[in-house]
This record gives sequence, C-alpha cells and structure tokens, in this order.
Amino acid sequence: MALYSEKVMDHFRNPRNVGVIENADGVGEAGNPVCGDIMKIYLKIDNDIITDVKFETFGCGSAIASSSMATELIKGKPISEAAALTNKAVTEALDGLPAHKLHCSVLAEEAIKLALKDYFDKNGIEYDKNEFPDEPHCAHCGEGSCDT
Amino acid sequence: MIYADNAATTKMSRTAIDAMLPYMDELYGNPSSLYSFGQQAKEALESARERVASCLGCEPREITFTSGGSEADNQAIFSAAKSGEKKGKKHIITTAFEHHAVLHTLDKLKKQGFEITLLDVHANGLVTAEQVADAIREDTCLVTIMFANNEIGTIQPIAEIGKVCREKGVLFHTDAVQAAGHLHINVKEQNIDMLSLSAHKFHGPKGIGVLYAKRDVILDNVINGGAQERGKRAGTENIPAIMGLAAALEEACANIDKNAEKLTALRDRLIEGLDKIPYGELNGDGTSRLPSNVNFCFEGIEGESLLLLLDDKGVCASSGSACTSGSLDPSHVLLAIGRPHEVAHGSLRLSLGEETTEADVDYLIDAVTEVVTYLRNMSPFWRDLVNGKRQHVFAE
Repeated sequence: MALYSEKVMDHFRNPRNVGVIENADGVGEAGNPVCGDIMKIYLKIDNDIITDVKFETFGCGSAIASSSMATELIKGKPISEAAALTNKAVTEALDGLPAHKLHCSVLAEEAIKLALKDYFDKNGIEYDKNEFPDEPHCAHCGEGSCDT
Repeated sequence: MIYADNAATTKMSRTAIDAMLPYMDELYGNPSSLYSFGQQAKEALESARERVASCLGCEPREITFTSGGSEADNQAIFSAAKSGEKKGKKHIITTAFEHHAVLHTLDKLKKQGFEITLLDVHANGLVTAEQVADAIREDTCLVTIMFANNEIGTIQPIAEIGKVCREKGVLFHTDAVQAAGHLHINVKEQNIDMLSLSAHKFHGPKGIGVLYAKRDVILDNVINGGAQERGKRAGTENIPAIMGLAAALEEACANIDKNAEKLTALRDRLIEGLDKIPYGELNGDGTSRLPSNVNFCFEGIEGESLLLLLDDKGVCASSGSACTSGSLDPSHVLLAIGRPHEVAHGSLRLSLGEETTEADVDYLIDAVTEVVTYLRNMSPFWRDLVNGKRQHVFAE
C-alpha cells in the first residue's frame, strides 16, 4: 500500500492555490521550521466572502496536500464556514492521512484561523478569543511554540 | 529508474544468486544431520565460513553467521557488557551518530546501570583516536565505533582507534555494515576485536550477516536453542543466504579498488553539481568518505516532499527528515554533526552503486536542482530567508 491516498498525491503533485496575495486582507502562519513544517495562508475577503485564497507551505507531502485541500474547501465560502473548517474535514476530503501525519491537517486549520483572526484584528471585528488563540499549540510537541 | 539508495540496500549480484540457488533446490539438507546429504550442506557452510574469514583476515572459527547487522551489533555489545560486568567494568564508549542497532542496545544497557560515553563526531563527522584514548577509563569494557557512517558516509580512523583500545586492553567493536565489501578490512592489522556486517549492503541477500569475534572474546547468546555456530547462535543455519553472502563478499572484496576508483569519480561529480545549488551544503567530510555516499542539506525545504517528487522523476533516494523517519526529530546523525533542526529536515542522501553511470549522475544533478527550486518557490520559510526575516545557516 502506498503511503498516501491518490487524493493526497494529486494535491501534492498539483497543488491548488499556491502563491501569495499582495495586500491580502488576512494572513496567517502556523508551524515553525524546527518542527519541519510551516503553512502560510493569504485571504482576500469581500462582503464576508473569501473571494481568493493562496498558500505557501514548507513541509512534507501531506503538509502541502493539506494546505491545497484546505484552500479549496474555503475558496468562495463565507467567513463563517471557513472559521468552522476542522482538520477532520480536511483529512476526510483527502481520503485520509496516515496517523503520524494528522498534525498536517491541524496546521491547515490553524493557519486559516490565524488568517481570519488577522482579518478581524485589522478591521476591528469582534471574535471569540478561545476560538482564535494568538498562538495555537504546536501540533507536534504540544507546546505554545517550539521555535528555538 | 535511477537507484541511488545503495546505502539502504543493493541489488543482488548474479554471482550471489547463482551461489544460493543449489541450496534452495537440490541441496536442501540440514547441516546438523548426520547423513551425507546433510553433511554436504555442512561442508558448504564451513567453506563459506573460510571464505568470509579470508576476506576479513581472521580465522574461520571467529566467524558467526547472524540474521544481519543488527543482530551482530546486539550480540557483540551484550557479550562485551556481560564480560565487563563480571569484572565490575560497566562503562562503554561510542559515538553520537552510531546506527540505532548500536544506540538502542546501549540504551538498554544504560537502564541496567551501564554508563555510556558518546564521543563528539565534530562538524566533519569524524572522531579521533585521541578522543577514544582520553575517554577510556579503568572501568571501560567496550569501545564501539562504526567503520563508516550509514547516512553521511564518513570513514572513521578504525586502525588507530583499534590500536588505542588494544594498548589499553579494552574490547573494540566496529559496525562495518556500510564498509564491508567497499573498504579494505583486515581485523588483525586494524586491531578489531569484533565486527558486524550485513550481506545485502554488498549485493548479497537480505537477512544474513556476520559477527566476527576474536577468538578470546566470550560471546553471549542472543538467540538461544540448538548448538549451531559453536553454540553461540541457535537456529538452523540459513545455508542459501550464507552461500550468497560468501559469494557476494568475495566478489566485492576482489573489486574494492576498481569500484572505489569509479565511484569516487562519480561521487565527486555529483557533489560538484549539487554544490551549485545555493544555500546547500555537503554533510560530512569530503574525502574521508565512502566512495558511494553523497549527502546534502538544502535550506528552506523538507526532505519528504523532495523524495516524493524525485520518485516521480524515477529517482530512489533517502532523507534524514523527521517526516521520513516517522519521529518528531530529524536524523540523529545530522544533529550530531551540528546541523540545526530546520536544516536537517532538508537533507538528501544519494548512495551510488557500481551500476551508476555518468549520465545518471548528470540526471540526478538536474532532477535535484529542479525539485529543490520548485519546493523553495512554494516555501514560506525560504521566502523569509530570501527576505532576510530569518538568517541563512549556509553561505550562498
């Protein structure tokens, strides 16, 4: 059996929405180089709708595939839907990830939440601080940040 | 396909396969059986032992066949520890970048009250005999240092280390899994008391290895049972594999210089080509190095995605990134030579073989350059390095 599902390999080989949005309305970055993966999400938001989304990822095959799939899942959707995106939904859309790669989908969820938080902060929009923490727990080591 | 992972395993040679076939077919007797059909297998076994001994420069009775390098490492270390403990000597010296077959065995001994000294392997991946001499104590029962490193290919000064150990009366074991069949080994001249090797690293079959132990070393069983291998390793001998091992080792040893010359030229061509990729660096010393081994770290990328994309281009390679090791940390070897985590994640090992051609090397250079560039272009870590938000580790 191959390490990854065909869907993961497809999104890894042909990642959707790779790149940068200049003057993005919200930018979020999760992960760190010490742990070996960083995801950065750029959002363009118009009337509470995510009109465009791009990502950059440093990481393994499943990290790149998770970012690609996550961006597909929120593109064109209202903010509320993007905020509700779970790592489970990303994993399921990819037809599953190996157990030791599940943190990659967590990073995707976190990066999107951080990008939304950035948008809320910039625009003075109120939000639940528990749902959008400043520094999510590292999916690898469980610490606030394992960047050293 | 370009197979550039010969440090992981090698293709079996025709010679090895041909040497095995009769013992899987007509000559299937058990060497422990009394009748002549069994004794035929026994003769084959003992002839294989003699040939292996002659390749290593030792006596046939100093050769024990095992299931591979890991078992040989385990048995060597546990045996030395047991003898040491009887004399109240519970200190063992090794290096920080040994194979896990050695390190995890030592972890077990540590839990049993042994003290383990891990020698620094420096930025170049080399230890010195002086370091060993300085670390030896009254209660040292074993020094175990690998002949050549499996990830970065650095070759340790084994003969000098052996000399120091011999002078101080301390047992010396070397894991020669990456060296056997590729580098000249003579256990007498190099003062080696115990040595492990594995057939599938030199075009022999998998699942068979050798533990050489100097005649005065008391071996302790890892596998208990029948009286095979002078009672030191139970279990009916894997005759086909042993015949394959002996044939492959003889063939490899007869061609060491020829192969080394060819591979060193290819290796250096590959290193030169990959060195042109900015912000990448060779891991380990450039000269005291296995002729087949190339290992680079590239900033801003992660090794698993590099391997997957190289696989799409028909290249078989390996990496020391955490994602490929299945653990949270990248390769302990790269960390031992001082590579920071973020750089160690971006490592690539290419290990060449006798079948590798110059055209293969040129293809490898192009493929790696292309994939590294592609991955960097989508890496926010790389962007931060380029923008100066993070500091480069390597020079351009």
